[in-house]
Amino acid sequence: MGAVALNSQCFDRPKFRLAGDRGLLVEFGDAITPEINQTVRAMTFVLETAAVPGVREVIPTYRSVVIVYDPLTTAPSLLVSRILSFYGELARIEAPPPKESVIPVCYGGEFGPDIAFVAAHNHIGTDDVIRLHSEPSYPIYMLGFSPGFPFLGGLSEKLHTPRLTSPRTRVPAGSVGIANNQTGIYPIASPGGWQLIGRSPVRLFDPQRPEPFLLCAGDTLRFEPITPGEYQRRAVGDEDD
Amino acid sequence: MTDIFSVLSPGAYTTVQDLGRFGWQPFGVPPSGMLDDFAGRIANMLVGNPDTAALLELTFSGPTLKILAPANIALTGADMPFSINDTPAAGWCAVSVQPGDTVTVGMARSGCRGYLAVSQGIDVPLVMGSRSCYVGAAIGGFNGRPLQAGDCLRRGAGEADHLEHRVPAALVPAYPSEITLRAIPGPQDDFFDHGLDVFFNASFTVSPQADRMGCRLQGPVISQIEAMPKSIISEPSLPGGVQIPQDGQPIILLSEQTVGGYTKIATVISSDIPRVAQALPGDCIRFEHIDIDAAHALYHRQTLLLERIRNEIKLPAAEQRFRRDRPDPAAVDWNSPVVVDKLIHCLYQT
Repeated sequence: MGAVALNSQCFDRPKFRLAGDRGLLVEFGDAITPEINQTVRAMTFVLETAAVPGVREVIPTYRSVVIVYDPLTTAPSLLVSRILSFYGELARIEAPPPKESVIPVCYGGEFGPDIAFVAAHNHIGTDDVIRLHSEPSYPIYMLGFSPGFPFLGGLSEKLHTPRLTSPRTRVPAGSVGIANNQTGIYPIASPGGWQLIGRSPVRLFDPQRPEPFLLCAGDTLRFEPITPGEYQRRAVGDEDD
Repeated sequence: MTDIFSVLSPGAYTTVQDLGRFGWQPFGVPPSGMLDDFAGRIANMLVGNPDTAALLELTFSGPTLKILAPANIALTGADMPFSINDTPAAGWCAVSVQPGDTVTVGMARSGCRGYLAVSQGIDVPLVMGSRSCYVGAAIGGFNGRPLQAGDCLRRGAGEADHLEHRVPAALVPAYPSEITLRAIPGPQDDFFDHGLDVFFNASFTVSPQADRMGCRLQGPVISQIEAMPKSIISEPSLPGGVQIPQDGQPIILLSEQTVGGYTKIATVISSDIPRVAQALPGDCIRFEHIDIDAAHALYHRQTLLLERIRNEIKLPAAEQRFRRDRPDPAAVDWNSPVVVDKLIHCLYQT
């Protein structure tokens, strides 16, 4: 993918909001769409490449970026003018193409105890759940909630399922779940109320790796069904959750 | 690396913290780090460490430690009874300890969080650039969790020279139970009209639900403008953001929160975050409106003040330019630009 043209879903002029004495929030649109998120991605790329003095951190989100800055070096007014000039040039910026990660998932069985519920809720078979879930290329809108947890878009409407009425106290790392119109993976074991349909042997987050995270906001993700045998083979060497 | 102490009893909630883990919030990792970084930095200064050294953050009550190697230690932050082998020791001061000594820190009398630094710093592995414990993901600190009885911690390599560093009494912050926090409206102040008046005029009580993620307050309901959406598209949270959930009771976000979908009416300025860290359940909080330029001027002043203190604490007590009689310790209000200016001015004089 080449230049990201500013699209009709984005604001003509970004909205700036103060987030305290060290944070500036810049909004590019007011909806959750792949197009607005690609503008977020392009602006993140530009800000990181330009190494703007005083910018400590650029945090991309669904439809905005949060800039954490050093007030001893810069000021919001300076940042606003830099961002406005970047915004005007965004159509000509060549950001690297989004990377697609393929995440292997063993669906159903002990790894996906709620797959039958998701199927029954949507009046389809469990095979349909697997097919519909592993078909799309999901945009990774942002990471958060827990380290490396991807907020994904694009879940098929035929899979929308409410959360569990009572959350589990512990969901194992790698669990793949559905909550309403969202799907995601738990990078670390944590309590959770999502309907679990499978588990991945891949570790999304490992603080000991030189690159602790597999996924990055603005990229895409696809799920690939694997067998329990393949799961065991790929999980070898990793400790259980 | 040297074994520095074993933990006889851990205190209510004691973790290893440094200044924080920065650069990972785009991946969903909050900064963590010492919540009251003013007191924490000074604890490190007192024992001759760089500000970036790891230390212990104590909450409500402190630990009992058996010392295993010679070291200097210093306790700052909340006013907690502090003794070595049952002999009372002074806070805000470098104290020399020897193998076999027992260091005991008790319940906070005022303030909530104490900082216990040891010379050469607590040595735990760096995780993604920081030694700070983030209990939510079980990373950093000592095995990713609060200390437990029986834990044995190490300090960095090097010898501990005997230090006489002390903070003059006049510079020791007081931790009153009536707290004023300066806050900049936003990022979602436009979701409120009358709610902003309530926020900046009412007083709120710190609830027992206060931890390193956030500090929940109780008070009059802050309502949003009816026509505005009840929540926002999830976005990252920064420390100091004051979130208004649907029950209208504010939550001041701290350093272990990553993302949220509630509106944030205002953001507490950086130099007042230590005051949130020191607030106890039952304390009374008021918010004062400050604009961004005034907040930045204050940020500059606080940075300068910390540098002055860095020089001052190394002077022998008789030569320190702050003495008990000047200015009155009770009058040291870290939140007042006028007072901070006076302090800086005083420190410049020889």
